[in-house]
Amino acid sequence: MKIALGPLQYYWPRDTVFAFYDAMAETPVDIVYLGETVCSRRHELRPSDWLTLADRLAAAGKEVVLSTQVLIESPSDLSALRRVAANGRFLVEANDMGAVHCVDGRPFVAGPHLNVYNPATLALLARAGAVRWVAPLEMPSASLAAMQSDLPAGVETEVFAYGRMPLAFSARCFTARHRNLPKDDCRFSCLEHPDGLVLNTQEGKPFLVLNGIQTQSAKVYNLVDALPAMRALGVGIVRLSPQSAHMADIVASVHGVLTGSLSGAAARERMGAWMPGAACNGFWHGRPGLEEVAA
Amino acid sequence: MTSPSLELVCPAGSLPALKAAIDHGADCVYLGFRDATNARNFAGLNFSEDAIIEGIRYAHDRNRKVFLALNTYPQPGGDGPWRRALDRAATHGIDAVILADPGLMEYAARVHSQLRLHLSVQGSATNIDAIAFYHRHFGIARAVLPRVLSLAQAEKVIEHSPVEIEVFGFGSLCVMAEGRCQLSSYATGESPNTHGVCSPAKAVRWTRTPRALEARLYDVLIDRYGDGEQAGYPTLCKGRFDVDGETYYAIEEPASLNTLEILPKLVAAGARAVKIEGRQRSPAYVAQVTKVWRAAIDACLAEHGRYTVRREWMTSLDNVAEGSQHTLGAYHRPWK
Repeated sequence: MKIALGPLQYYWPRDTVFAFYDAMAETPVDIVYLGETVCSRRHELRPSDWLTLADRLAAAGKEVVLSTQVLIESPSDLSALRRVAANGRFLVEANDMGAVHCVDGRPFVAGPHLNVYNPATLALLARAGAVRWVAPLEMPSASLAAMQSDLPAGVETEVFAYGRMPLAFSARCFTARHRNLPKDDCRFSCLEHPDGLVLNTQEGKPFLVLNGIQTQSAKVYNLVDALPAMRALGVGIVRLSPQSAHMADIVASVHGVLTGSLSGAAARERMGAWMPGAACNGFWHGRPGLEEVAA
Repeated sequence: MTSPSLELVCPAGSLPALKAAIDHGADCVYLGFRDATNARNFAGLNFSEDAIIEGIRYAHDRNRKVFLALNTYPQPGGDGPWRRALDRAATHGIDAVILADPGLMEYAARVHSQLRLHLSVQGSATNIDAIAFYHRHFGIARAVLPRVLSLAQAEKVIEHSPVEIEVFGFGSLCVMAEGRCQLSSYATGESPNTHGVCSPAKAVRWTRTPRALEARLYDVLIDRYGDGEQAGYPTLCKGRFDVDGETYYAIEEPASLNTLEILPKLVAAGARAVKIEGRQRSPAYVAQVTKVWRAAIDACLAEHGRYTVRREWMTSLDNVAEGSQHTLGAYHRPWK
């Protein structure tokens, strides 16, 4: 099984992003997804900067994939999407059907936001050029098993296995709203929240995370002890979602489980100290996503 | 009635609601079977096969149309109910089916090639390239635009779309891109995509404490109501939460989308239909909202530049709106 680093969900300063990926180049990550997937107002990195990073990571032996923005609203969003789709060098992760239309039969990765819930839809996307698909975050292992038994030839399966989950995308920017700013004059407030802005219930329990127009889980999805089960199902790739601190340690723990030097339970124990929130794994077990089901 | 250039599409959660919509001027009604094949899978709502047959007859006798919503995503190995619903709808002469799942759309296009396909709002097509994908692969005739675009953005999509565009006019406001929201399954295990429900009633827990009335979805406290405060349904994104020490409607206030004010712009942009949300609401609601919107659309089409929103329309709609408030939602760009 390979380890993939999913696209960066947060807005970090340019230098921080470069330093982060330089550090990731040194880890046993196999695949790196790059690009802005959340908000078109996030301009710390220009498209050419992402391509510079792509070249560096490719030179370090990583497979690079360029991810497209999930919610495409404006004509400029659409132009950006078309540019990524037509880049001609790197594989593209399509996170909107508009991107699938744009890749026009060339190989692509069907991202987790395409709503691939059944074999008929996956078969259709495979005929449209999908060489890999990322299961919806809410898909339970039993459904994934059914998908795997019908997997089209030449298609790999990737599962989001670690990180705060991107659960929703909105017309509204919740970070700007928190500061009582209009979306179009957000003053780049997301820069102040490198792992998002936690939303608590009135009882003070962390529930969700505001990340611009995206809403995430406050809990951290962690399927590290389900990796053997995933392998048994024929899952080829596990996706880890970037966080601002201890990412190399997270990668090392997952790698340790995959290579057999660390048990799932030990990895889970160790990762606890490095996670930005409490662990959950409910979706995998067919339960509400925020639940933590004992192994 | 003359043929309108903007169709009024109204919700029918039951046969009485369907008749109320038709009797008060709906051009089309949309409805769903009584199961998880549609995104308003609430107890006591929706149609049996016999009721759909009767509803279609009632509408067609009056030259109106009936659309069937099959807008949830079948799970692996479980698309039988969806396919059977499509087969039955085609047999009974439904005017269009509203679909979100590409696999199901492919089945519909292959097996029922005469059936008119509309892309559901749950399909999340916010741009012309996404719409073009569904048009190229399945020949969809119409797409329903998610409620996440500004008016200017919606105008652009309508202008360049290869298919008809239906926009939302009135009703509960989903602040997230429809079809791209898994908040409900995160808290309750059931979501619109998978079970056709958001914040399902069976997960709601009410508790009276000495200080307040508390509303929970399972264990998650969604809101707390003090004495004299009206308690709303605890839809997950419409609760009051604490962010950085401040307690407020951090995601969305309870308010209904109402686009009466920009109706002439939607007509001028070329929107083909306007949708009223609310299959979960009563026949009385459907009658009242349909009546206002029929009057507004007729006035808009007849009066051209002289159209203004009449105060009694707004009052009538605010009476049935969530929290008795309305908003232009994302159509209004500074919305925050």
